Amino acid sequence: MKTKQYFLTSCFNWRQAFIAFAFITLTTCSNKDKKEQIEAVDIPVSHEMLAELTAPPHVPTPVGRRKAKKLIVDMEILEEEGEMTNGVSYVYWTFGGSVPGSFIRTRVGDEVEFHLKNHPDNKLPHNIDLHAVNGPGGGAESSFVAPGHEKVFSFKVLNPGLFVYHCATAPVGMHIANGMYGLILVEPEGGLPLVDKEYYLMQGDFYTKGAHGERGLQAFDMQKAIDEKADYVVFNGKVGALTGDNAITANVGETVRLFVGNGGPNLVSSFHVIGEIFDKVHVEGGDLINTNVQTTLIPAGGAAIVEFKVEVPGTFIMVDHSIFRAFNKGALGMLKVEGEEDKKIYSGELRDDIYLPEGGGIQTMPEGDNVVEEAPLQSLEEQLERGKQAYMQTCFACHQSEGQGIPSAFPPLANSDFLNADVNRAIGVVLNGLTGEITVNGETYNSVMTRQSLSPSEIANVLTYVYNSWGNSKKVVTTEMVEKVRNQK
Amino acid sequence: MFKKTYILFGIAILLQTIVFGQTSKDMLHIQGGSYIPLYGRDSVLVTVNDFFMDKLPVTNEQYVDFVKQYPKWQKSNVKRLFADEMYLRNWKNDTILNSTEHLKSPITYVSWFAASKYCECQGKRLPTVDEWEYVAMADEELADARVKKTYNEKILSWYEAPRTNTYEVGRNPENFWGIKDLHGLVWEWTSDFNSILITGESRKDVDKDTNLFCGSAAVGATDLMNYAAFMRYAFRGSITARYNIKNLGFRCVQDMPFE
Repeated sequence: MKTKQYFLTSCFNWRQAFIAFAFITLTTCSNKDKKEQIEAVDIPVSHEMLAELTAPPHVPTPVGRRKAKKLIVDMEILEEEGEMTNGVSYVYWTFGGSVPGSFIRTRVGDEVEFHLKNHPDNKLPHNIDLHAVNGPGGGAESSFVAPGHEKVFSFKVLNPGLFVYHCATAPVGMHIANGMYGLILVEPEGGLPLVDKEYYLMQGDFYTKGAHGERGLQAFDMQKAIDEKADYVVFNGKVGALTGDNAITANVGETVRLFVGNGGPNLVSSFHVIGEIFDKVHVEGGDLINTNVQTTLIPAGGAAIVEFKVEVPGTFIMVDHSIFRAFNKGALGMLKVEGEEDKKIYSGELRDDIYLPEGGGIQTMPEGDNVVEEAPLQSLEEQLERGKQAYMQTCFACHQSEGQGIPSAFPPLANSDFLNADVNRAIGVVLNGLTGEITVNGETYNSVMTRQSLSPSEIANVLTYVYNSWGNSKKVVTTEMVEKVRNQK
Repeated sequence: MFKKTYILFGIAILLQTIVFGQTSKDMLHIQGGSYIPLYGRDSVLVTVNDFFMDKLPVTNEQYVDFVKQYPKWQKSNVKRLFADEMYLRNWKNDTILNSTEHLKSPITYVSWFAASKYCECQGKRLPTVDEWEYVAMADEELADARVKKTYNEKILSWYEAPRTNTYEVGRNPENFWGIKDLHGLVWEWTSDFNSILITGESRKDVDKDTNLFCGSAAVGATDLMNYAAFMRYAFRGSITARYNIKNLGFRCVQDMPFE
């Protein structure tokens, strides 16, 4: 800046000065362009480094200002059984033991030496096609590896962006449908701008022999895959991988960056975070940046980087806004934000008023407790099934999956003397809640259970389920019994 | 002189009865025919002649006998050229299996060279890909069950099930030909396993190799639904003759004697 001033003041001819200035600016520009072009291929690599690989939803440390290196990526392929959702398991084929596979973080100019290891217990040969590779098959041909073997190939990272990798062994669709995909990030020189929180999530569709929720080990269904009729559409390989205790977190005021991929094999994702607007989206994972985006489209075999600042606390739901996939097939995750409320940005509910249009019409107000009647129950099995669902939604968090409770906090329901002693008392507890000291199986508990917002039939189902599980007295609770207890109060 | 001829003749007859006596018990006659395999030579009909095939895959027990008879193929003696370091990896020493293994399970961790030699020493040979696929396309009722949905599904479910190599042989039902366990236990070596890459230069032939990857995989196949076969061909394409793999065993076949 100083030199420029000096240059300007010492010159008599302003015109000449302008031309000279323009010349300098132009040449620096073209120099820069040329420099970048040369760079990618010719960036020298200094040292060797073992790449940090992470399982979702975590990502490795940003590259920051580090120089280009020879980066050793050591990845193991495992075929193993995992849980798709409660009671449903599936044989996943994985890169690094997780679906999606391990996150790889590189920078432009890195020379990646890729070691692909196929575990001896595996049945099938596999390979890897990285969309970040310039070369035939994206590495697929050079990495085709039999069980119990390891293949090594290397590539120079040229283009910055967020790229998908996947297995490309025949039948390709099946390998991808079983979970063989992941993301590789190529940061530009100097790295992406630093943010407070970074997470890795990837959508995938799954096709099982049984319908959604059908229990047991489910096999892959080729016909459904060809018909593109997915039973599960999920983030990070399973239903609930990012909900409840697995939710990702941030604090008010922080900027969150999500690396979002879509492994497919079939479906395109309409990625959306309920209650947030993406400040920045690297469209399709490339250089183009769009701002103020509500929903971004992520193609199968594609990715996007989304960034947003979280202004208020709460739980933000991440979905594929093809919305039945979110609420019926599993494509739902949670971002929990903690911190101070800001009523200016979001007030919460202020008032609940009656709305009467002028002139008045015929008003029918919903009557108090009336709940839409469920279809009548056919059998005890059905009642138990529904009861279990209600249990998993309402009671599970405190009383735990096997009714074991949590010592000295929440009493057990399994083999519970308190429960089995008096069925009407149990109904009353669910209806009205329970506060104060009780003794269950010799242990004293002094805690609070709030009243549960369940309909009488739901209470009957859930109690029947509890009574018929974990060594309890096998009582059957009917809706009438619940109604009776309720009316006594 | 006369005596010698008789003795030789006697031995020959004895050999014949031993070999073919065994044949009738442990090997079954496969009637030849023609079919279009997944990767046909340009999707033309392939003709298979009559032959005998082992009813069951070769077991650990049988292979123990083999290496006792031919010490050259014992773990510590085998030439690295013919089998890599994984050869008989689940054996305690040259003639004894690890205690976790079963004698009646199929032999695995054997190279193509070892499998070929084993068959040769029994007066047999490894089946060709065409022969193997010809017999393997049968289910319990049909000689060619590839059109059946259940046929493909059953095989696929095996390809997805882990650790089937530890099962004992003979657990699956006999197929149309009376052969067992072609699907459901282990992959099996074939004499020309790498010939799917077709031309003489086989594995060097990159254009053909790409048939197994991505898009070209589907358009190259004659039977789109036969995904199980895709996986077998992909498996064969990924191995070389000195590999020894946990899920890869073999069985032998024999040509019909000249009449």
